[in-house]
Amino acid sequence: MAQAEFSQSNSQSDYLQQIRASVARRELISRLFGLLGLLVISIATLILIALVAQLFVQGLPRLNWKFFTSFPSSDFNEAGILSAWVGSLLVMLTTMVIAVPLGVAAGIYLEEYAPKNWLAALIEINVTNLAGVPSIVYGLLALGLFSTVLNLGESILTAGLTLALLILPIVIVTTREALRAIPSSLREAAYALGASRWQMIWDHILPYSSGSILTGIIIGLSRAIGETAPLITIGALTFIAFLPPSPIQSQFPFISFEWLTAPFTVLPIQMFNWISRPQPEFQVNAAAAGVVLILLTLTLNAFAIYLRYRLRKGVKW
Amino acid sequence: MVDTRVVNSSVMERKAEVKNLDFYYGSAKALKSVSMVVWDRRVTALIGPSGCGKTTLLRCFNRMHDLYPGNRYDGEILLDGVNILEKQIDPIEVRMRVSMVFQRPNPFPKSIYENVAYGLRVQGITEKSSLDEKVEKALQGAALWNEAKDRLKEPAYNLSGGQQQRLCIARAIATEPNIVLFDEPTSALDPIATSSIEELMNELKEQVTILIVTHSMQQAARVSDYTAFMYLGEMVEFNETNLLFNKPADQKTQDYVSGRFG
Repeated sequence: MAQAEFSQSNSQSDYLQQIRASVARRELISRLFGLLGLLVISIATLILIALVAQLFVQGLPRLNWKFFTSFPSSDFNEAGILSAWVGSLLVMLTTMVIAVPLGVAAGIYLEEYAPKNWLAALIEINVTNLAGVPSIVYGLLALGLFSTVLNLGESILTAGLTLALLILPIVIVTTREALRAIPSSLREAAYALGASRWQMIWDHILPYSSGSILTGIIIGLSRAIGETAPLITIGALTFIAFLPPSPIQSQFPFISFEWLTAPFTVLPIQMFNWISRPQPEFQVNAAAAGVVLILLTLTLNAFAIYLRYRLRKGVKW
Repeated sequence: MVDTRVVNSSVMERKAEVKNLDFYYGSAKALKSVSMVVWDRRVTALIGPSGCGKTTLLRCFNRMHDLYPGNRYDGEILLDGVNILEKQIDPIEVRMRVSMVFQRPNPFPKSIYENVAYGLRVQGITEKSSLDEKVEKALQGAALWNEAKDRLKEPAYNLSGGQQQRLCIARAIATEPNIVLFDEPTSALDPIATSSIEELMNELKEQVTILIVTHSMQQAARVSDYTAFMYLGEMVEFNETNLLFNKPADQKTQDYVSGRFG
């Protein structure tokens, strides 16, 4: 078509010039978009770096061993994040134990078992939408359902259930995407050898997609670890100067789940508490806790990338 | 139009027989009253232009179509006298008896050994000595043992394309199926790998019945004993390979094998 458009000119050199002008014009537009993109991403990245840098400058000097091993206190020099990081850890653990099996199983069912009809489409749309529901709405639901109706109180279990609910859509969606990415030739290969659907999933699809599924889980967890609003809604305390009962006991049966019912606080709530204090020294504490939180999130993300890399290395098609 | 009365039937047994098979993808009819015979321990080739239904017919033999919704069979494929298209027959049972080699090599991202052993593991064989023995036998059957015996633990993806396809053949014969289906098994391979696969089919037919879909008439002529020519979902002609190529009874077959369309 381009040939026909240009061939009206008489001489060969006119024709070439027309082509070059056209190429130059289109290349210019392409380059302009590239520049615009670079500009936008630089601004976004710089703002982020500035924020993190400010937090580090303010908080890093406050970070020492004692900060990690002390309970919060009204004396800002004595105050630490012991109950907060232990709380975050236990809540994350509970969240993971609940969300991972449920989310992965739901993802497998929706992707591999559910008939592709209007009901499945409806569920799919809803699951995707749930990922975008404001977290405080989950908090309200949890306050009514877990705290009050099921009478679980302001416990680690309630917090774990709430955050599990929050990240469940993320886990389901990433599981489905991971399963969908496995080429159908491998499914057919397994079926052709007489594998049942479950054998096909368990022996092939799950191991091949485990890297991507794990990545989704970790991304979900790193979202959960920074959540504040839903936990405040269910009544997490902002000042806790004791630890939950240890899961490991000296007497039989050596393992205790009493900690699940204990009250708790988590890192972002501890931060929130310090920020709302008038004394500027507590702002420093908050910045230090923020540094810990950011490092935790970055570590989780780095771990996710590493896992994806490791598990993908042996698997290609 | 379809001649299923073939010479020499005194010494040959019918392994499978297709009787008036219709097949639908949703409402689209892809096979129209197809009938043919698959003789025991012979190579039968399905040829025809793209979209003629040859792969569709092949995938009826191991009920691959059951994996996708909306597909429907109407008619019979008798395997040793039993209609494997019956609703009450589990497709898994059919696939344990009729295995398949695909168009592109599709080994699992596992070791060479595990690829061959998978069909056996699926059937519940766990004993190591039995697995070892059957894996070796299958790899020998697929002419891959000499190249692979020292690297059984290596990932299958380290093999070349032709070796991968022979690995897929080993995987398909490890369970000692009644029929092996080949769906254009050499279309992704170079000429040297292609000829090694063709040689292999010649050896394999002493033990197993082979049904092959191929785009290449030369390949059909080289490897098959019987050839079926299909066109627009219909079985136009079915005969001994050399008769079909040299004395086609139908004008369409004549035109196709002489390269007038395709």
